[in-house]
Amino acid sequence: MNARAELPLHAPGATTDKGYIGQSVPRPNARRLLQGRGAYVDDLRFARLAHVVFFRSPYAHARLKRLDLSKAARQPGVIAAFDGRAVAEYCKPWVGVLGHLKGIKSPPQFAIAIERACCQGEAVAAVVAETRAQGEDALQHVEADWEELPVVTDMEEALAGKVVIHADLGDNVCFTRGLDTGGVDEAFAKADVIVEETYEFGRHTGVTLEGRSILADYNAAEHTLTVYHSTQAPHMMQDVFSRHLGIPEANVRVICKDVGGSFGIKVHVYPDEMATAAISVMLRRPVKFIADRLESFLTDIHAREHKARVRIACTREGEILAFDLWDLTAIGPYSVYPRTSGIEGNQVVNLTGGPYKHQQYRAQMNVVFTNKNVTCQYRAVGHPIAVALTEGIVDLAAEKLGIDPAEFRRKNLIPDSAYPYTFPSGIKFEKLSHHQSLDRLLELMSYKELREEQRALRDKSIYRGIGLAAMIEVTNPSPAFYGVGGARISAQDGATLRLEPTGMVTCIASVTEQGQGTEGAMAQIAASAVGVALDKVRVITGDTGVTPYGGGTWASRGAGIGGEAVLQAGRALRSNILEVAAHILHADRAELDIVGGEVVNRLTLESRLPLVELGRVAYFRPDTLPLKFQSELTVTRHYTPREYGFTFTNGIQACLVEVDVETGFVKLLKHWCVEDCGTIINPMLVDEQIRGGVVQGIGAALYEECLYSAEGQLLNGSLADYLVPMSAEMPDIIVAHIETPPRQSDLGAKGAGEAGTAGAPGAVMNAINDALRPFKARVAAQPFTPQRVLQALGKV
Amino acid sequence: MKAPSFSYARPGSLSGVFELLERHGDRARVLAGGQSLLASLNLRLSAPELLVDIACVPGLTGITVAGDKVRIGALTTHRQIERSPEVARHLPLLAQAVRNVACAAIRNVGTFGGSIALADPAAEYPACAVALDATFVLAGRAAERRVRAREFFRGLYETALRPGELLIAGEFPVSGDGYRSVFLELARRRGDYAMVGIAAHARTAGGRISDARLAFLAVSGTPVLAVRAAAALEGRPPDARTVAAAQAALGDELEAPADLYASRATKLHLARVLLGRALGALAR
Ligand SMILES: Cc1cc2nc3c(=O)[nH]c(=O)nc-3n(C[C@H](O)[C@H](O)[C@H](O)COP(=O)(O)OP(=O)(O)OC[C@H]3O[C@@H](n4cnc5c(N)ncnc54)[C@H](O)[C@@H]3O)c2cc1C
Repeated sequence: MNARAELPLHAPGATTDKGYIGQSVPRPNARRLLQGRGAYVDDLRFARLAHVVFFRSPYAHARLKRLDLSKAARQPGVIAAFDGRAVAEYCKPWVGVLGHLKGIKSPPQFAIAIERACCQGEAVAAVVAETRAQGEDALQHVEADWEELPVVTDMEEALAGKVVIHADLGDNVCFTRGLDTGGVDEAFAKADVIVEETYEFGRHTGVTLEGRSILADYNAAEHTLTVYHSTQAPHMMQDVFSRHLGIPEANVRVICKDVGGSFGIKVHVYPDEMATAAISVMLRRPVKFIADRLESFLTDIHAREHKARVRIACTREGEILAFDLWDLTAIGPYSVYPRTSGIEGNQVVNLTGGPYKHQQYRAQMNVVFTNKNVTCQYRAVGHPIAVALTEGIVDLAAEKLGIDPAEFRRKNLIPDSAYPYTFPSGIKFEKLSHHQSLDRLLELMSYKELREEQRALRDKSIYRGIGLAAMIEVTNPSPAFYGVGGARISAQDGATLRLEPTGMVTCIASVTEQGQGTEGAMAQIAASAVGVALDKVRVITGDTGVTPYGGGTWASRGAGIGGEAVLQAGRALRSNILEVAAHILHADRAELDIVGGEVVNRLTLESRLPLVELGRVAYFRPDTLPLKFQSELTVTRHYTPREYGFTFTNGIQACLVEVDVETGFVKLLKHWCVEDCGTIINPMLVDEQIRGGVVQGIGAALYEECLYSAEGQLLNGSLADYLVPMSAEMPDIIVAHIETPPRQSDLGAKGAGEAGTAGAPGAVMNAINDALRPFKARVAAQPFTPQRVLQALGKV
Repeated sequence: MKAPSFSYARPGSLSGVFELLERHGDRARVLAGGQSLLASLNLRLSAPELLVDIACVPGLTGITVAGDKVRIGALTTHRQIERSPEVARHLPLLAQAVRNVACAAIRNVGTFGGSIALADPAAEYPACAVALDATFVLAGRAAERRVRAREFFRGLYETALRPGELLIAGEFPVSGDGYRSVFLELARRRGDYAMVGIAAHARTAGGRISDARLAFLAVSGTPVLAVRAAAALEGRPPDARTVAAAQAALGDELEAPADLYASRATKLHLARVLLGRALGALAR
């Protein structure tokens, strides 16, 4: 008890109390948001605020022969109207490539396209007005003559390259990667059983409650730019604004007020947002752009449009010998800056087959340009593809071999004792817990009983299916993710902790909050590390003018990286506080500790000095302290994972569905997820991250797809037509955890935010196919709409 | 997007409404619950100069039973229909159907008249009105007239309403003795407009089906009364052969145009499945 916040939290055999770590305490910002006191970009009020709206291409590919903005510029309330050339004078174009993705290419992209639009919705002009409505009225008066150009929307046609979108690039291939361990053909030659399947994945997007939002305020007197931005990565954006607008970085400040969901959508450079910032500079006044829902569907990054052929070779006994993968993905006309659109395909290559112990692996992956909206990193980047095709083909092999799918996985999962382990694709696992997770899952879901029930119900023509999906997941990336490729994206994060005179602790962290509860988790770590009550901690995030430098929140890195920085800062602050206390009390530092906001005797727990008194002395009466002593009650620490490129996590999901074989409707009955994110800081937050992630994965599996016509027109740009998963259709989602903290950090937290999304689509697919097994029918193209199920059943 | 600017009026009487509609012609639109109209304004799909809000016109709300008729006022909300004991007793078809209309928040404000006047091909009430042979009361400045539901829906979002006219109410014959109703629809998510739906009403005495009115929604620009399928059922018990014959007949009567997520073949298949299920439920 006396060592309540004594860390490391996971020291072997430790009997220490973890403080708030591991407790489901409510997040401090929840009440504010629920009372409607959030402050999103659109809530901010500025004098002389101008609103920008964009004139967007109605065509997927067209040359702008003539653009006349003069009439629009004369409409009531209009302040200015600009074309791409005008904005380009203030904002340099960018190219979305990275050095470690060898050979990746992309054309320069401008804030506002000049002369040619390469997908529907690409902006070719901006109108700035006193109100958004006036801007939209004026848009009706923009005159444009277009010459339609040939359109490439099909991935395979793009690869074939009869029509090349960017002539300068020579072909439509953005990036390609091959991987071969050798021995694959031999493995297939000696295999007893080979299974092959082609999987298709619909392009979808991450629908955030708050649309993309930016308010840029250029101050000519200081040559400073302050940007209120709904983004996940304020420091990255500070750097981007600085370099592309030619403003010294120190003069750019990016502030994230509340951010209403992101899912990876808000970690990219969007041309319309860059244009907004540029126009603020041009007009020397604050300018705001809020994407409306149609703009969100047209221009927020999409993701996941893949077609993948996968083969595996097995022995009669059920041992997987080799994986062979071919993957094709289409990313729209540009590789997105600065993370590139090559990462998703790259991840599919890295991760396919990842939970299993085969040694032979070959992959060929192509990323092609098309005339649809761009795609880029969205929650669980590449994982849902890799997991679904791995787990789909594994189920198929189990079926062919007549082995129960759970048993088949048990035979092939990398043993829990095998770590550290290097997977054939080159990725390294410090320590995973596949078998423990599988056992826990089967017990949690009463697997055997479910199978019996399934059999019994089939006799009554009720078709239920059980699907499993094991997974590995990239979290806590090191500089290996982006930095080594030349991207100016911080792999390090920092935290400053300050003891206030009142005994309060202010925690200023570079990781950011988008609604997932990061600030709550940081508060728990800070309170535990320093030894104060949770309500004595205030957390500040999301302001490049205030916080330490850092990457922000993405790639499931907030808790693992940002949290470790808070922990280290908290320990250091605790130590500094004790030093001050030792002087005040004339005591031996080693005898003292901090518990519940008081300095106590470490052994007797007797209260010696409340922090409020310590703060008073340290700040207002330091004259009473020894002459040479300076108290240091503000501490900053940073953290970057170094030993491993990524901190891999693992988990396994299961889904129970009932398929109506007459209508093709799939009813989700229950979903389970067992995952291992190491040290759990707040079980409630983690569980809800998993559940939310599962729901987004279910969206991919059953509902969500950005549908395009052959001419490249988005057909469902509204929430009436683009189907997001809704609560009524969602099953109960049962979550359980295995805790295998990595040794790299003292906190021992791995990421948890993407696990649900990574595994759910594969589990749903396998469940549907399990239900359809009596009919020898199978689905492999997401989303699994009623029509696709009926087609599989041969009914339509 | 923001709606284009418009003027707004909220007259307190029917004559006030008619006067405004006459004065502004097709530049004016009636506003009821706004659940469809405001969305279309915000998408800039339409840009009326004047919205005439009928919320304060007396006499347009409420459900009354008079003789063998149930009258539903145009401004009656979905929620009021859902909670009405009269509707539950006399119009079980409508009572079943209303649960499928949107979600609770929209049902609290959306109105019966708005739904009928909008005439969305996937909406529930129009199909129910056609199945039950309801009559709509329409009023203009000069006169009131009655139009049978079966003649009211003319085409995609097209009705018998004339410029300057208001839908005042719907009159439904109460469900007769020996008649039963089944409403079924398939929607991807609860509260979505249906992919396909059926409003079925028939006499089910003695295990036989007669006088079946099978109105399908979301298979054409208007609700479709499947008369051939009904003929195939007339006077028969709904055994497998009879059901199959009725299902087969649908191929000739339902246009079932493809939508974003389902081909014609899928829609027709689903309509047949629903017919089978509806007949099963009627016979039960
Ligand atoms: C997300 C969502 C889901 C929905 N799902 C469904 C669904 O599943 N099923 C369904 O049936 N509906 C659905 N709706 C529509 C909803 O039921 C609407 O309430 C209804 O269609 C229109 O009613 P309203 O009172 O809101 O009319 P308004 O939106 O005010 O008006 C609609 C149209 O009718 C005209 N109008 C309204 N009242 C009259 C009148 N008395 N006389 C003449 N013209 C009139 C208006 O001028 C306008 O053109 C949905 C709506 C939304 C937003």
